Amino acid sequence: MILRVYAVIFVACSNIAASELYISDLPNDDGARLRVQWEPLPPHELEEINPEFYVLERSQNDPDNFASAGVISRDDTSYAFIDAGLAANTPYYYRLSYVDSLTSWYSSVFGPVQPVENWFNTARKNVLIGIIVVGLIVAIFIFRGRRGKSLYLRPIAGLLAVDEAIGRATEMGKPILYSSGRGGMQRPATMASMNILGSVAEKVASYGTPLIFPNNDPVVTAVAQEVVREGYTKAGHPDAYRPEDVYFVTDSQFGYAAAVDGIMMRERPATNLFFGTFEAESLILAETGNAIGAIQIAGTDSSIQMAFFMVACDYVLIGEELFAASGYLSKDPQVIGSLKGSDLSKMIIIGLLILGAILALLNQSWFVNLFVTV
Amino acid sequence: MAMLIQFFVPSKLSHTVYNEITNWAQIIYAFALIVGVFGLLKYQVEKLSRRRSGWIYNLVTVVSLVVMAILGFVAGRGDDSPFMWAFNHIQAPMQASVFSLLAFFVASAAYRGFTARNTEAVLLLLSAVFIMFGIASIGNAIPLFSDIANWILMNPSMTARRGIFIGIGLGVIATSLRVILGVERTYLGKE
Repeated sequence: MILRVYAVIFVACSNIAASELYISDLPNDDGARLRVQWEPLPPHELEEINPEFYVLERSQNDPDNFASAGVISRDDTSYAFIDAGLAANTPYYYRLSYVDSLTSWYSSVFGPVQPVENWFNTARKNVLIGIIVVGLIVAIFIFRGRRGKSLYLRPIAGLLAVDEAIGRATEMGKPILYSSGRGGMQRPATMASMNILGSVAEKVASYGTPLIFPNNDPVVTAVAQEVVREGYTKAGHPDAYRPEDVYFVTDSQFGYAAAVDGIMMRERPATNLFFGTFEAESLILAETGNAIGAIQIAGTDSSIQMAFFMVACDYVLIGEELFAASGYLSKDPQVIGSLKGSDLSKMIIIGLLILGAILALLNQSWFVNLFVTV
Repeated sequence: MAMLIQFFVPSKLSHTVYNEITNWAQIIYAFALIVGVFGLLKYQVEKLSRRRSGWIYNLVTVVSLVVMAILGFVAGRGDDSPFMWAFNHIQAPMQASVFSLLAFFVASAAYRGFTARNTEAVLLLLSAVFIMFGIASIGNAIPLFSDIANWILMNPSMTARRGIFIGIGLGVIATSLRVILGVERTYLGKE
């Protein structure tokens, strides 16, 4: 709520003409901020007072007991100050002042004004609408998949090659190396990687192929051990699971890269699977894998590292194909349904992009502004 | 779900919930780190005891881990401590050395990748040539290269990256919804 308060600024020497001060609550915050704005003094008054700076003073609950809230430069032409760190729903009073050896003046006291705690960030309502729309579409297709409706998915070369890569390792009698990169368990790419790991673990358990999974994150290590154990159990070989095959190495980026490279050079895996969040170590891992002649399949959510994988790996999952992999490998109709839902959402986004481009060409910026967020 | 709600609710309660969740995540990470380190130690000692090929690396790992732990606990981690000396003079240079290998790996990957096998590969090769020369200092001496490099980076490259970002964003939303709705539970070790 904006309160407009008028005041008269007094000078120790003479009366000065009226000025205005505006104090308003900042929207979309936790009630800890107020915006104080003022109009500049007329030039002749400014010359008479000749302040080096202004002091914005604040008082809580009491209109007489002021403390400095901030110092504003004389050359600051924004004529505004955001006072933070306040208590919500508490009345505050403000005044401007300037004191030096020759001059001291204070504005009248303005207020009380209370910062208000907000419960919804209205600047992000377009994001909420987008999430609701996409979420509804995905949910509808999940329920359609649950009802048994058959849904077509186009073949993805990288995912079709996973079976072939596992078979290759089995025939050669060499292990499979799996890496989920540097992401923590909270990252969607790591979750997608764990979903793929479940399918891979089931297959390697069936074929009796050794699986080596060095980890960069201890929480991911714990999750991966459970996923692999479950995969072996589902394949009917719980005794074949070896906990020492899924282990934590280090959380240091290049320490991890060096460790995995060493494992590749010593163990000589026939297949390398890189699914997850990768950073600068991606090319170090992929090039070393290339040097030992392993077939490599990679998927990441980083467009930069994706380019490195493109050059060094045999198959790469681009963009959302990594997140689609769990549906492809598990054939779960609900997961496939969610893929169809995200595909339809993508079509809607493409339509909006084309419409936005046409409207922008026609100088209609209102449509683009609908999607601006803070 | 709590983090999703927190993104739209700016209140103090929301910030408190967010801070509490992130604090608990850090605590869980710390305990998982202890479990991970002991698991690593157990794995390395087992391989060392069997004297498998490459056992010397297991020995180096175990000795390094134990020595750094002892230095840290006994002499502290101050700026002049033996722990920080070991970190600054052994670990940090080793990390920098591995990072520096990236330059050579980029060169070898580029040599292998930029081969004019077909039309797309020729386009990739030409783009790489223009961008490499355009970004390097020599690009300033040849205005055409820097202009073309900037155009490639700001137009087709940026377009492709944004398309990939949109796809990844939708994939993240779909995966997150599956996790929130309980459709996807493989990461929990359950079907």
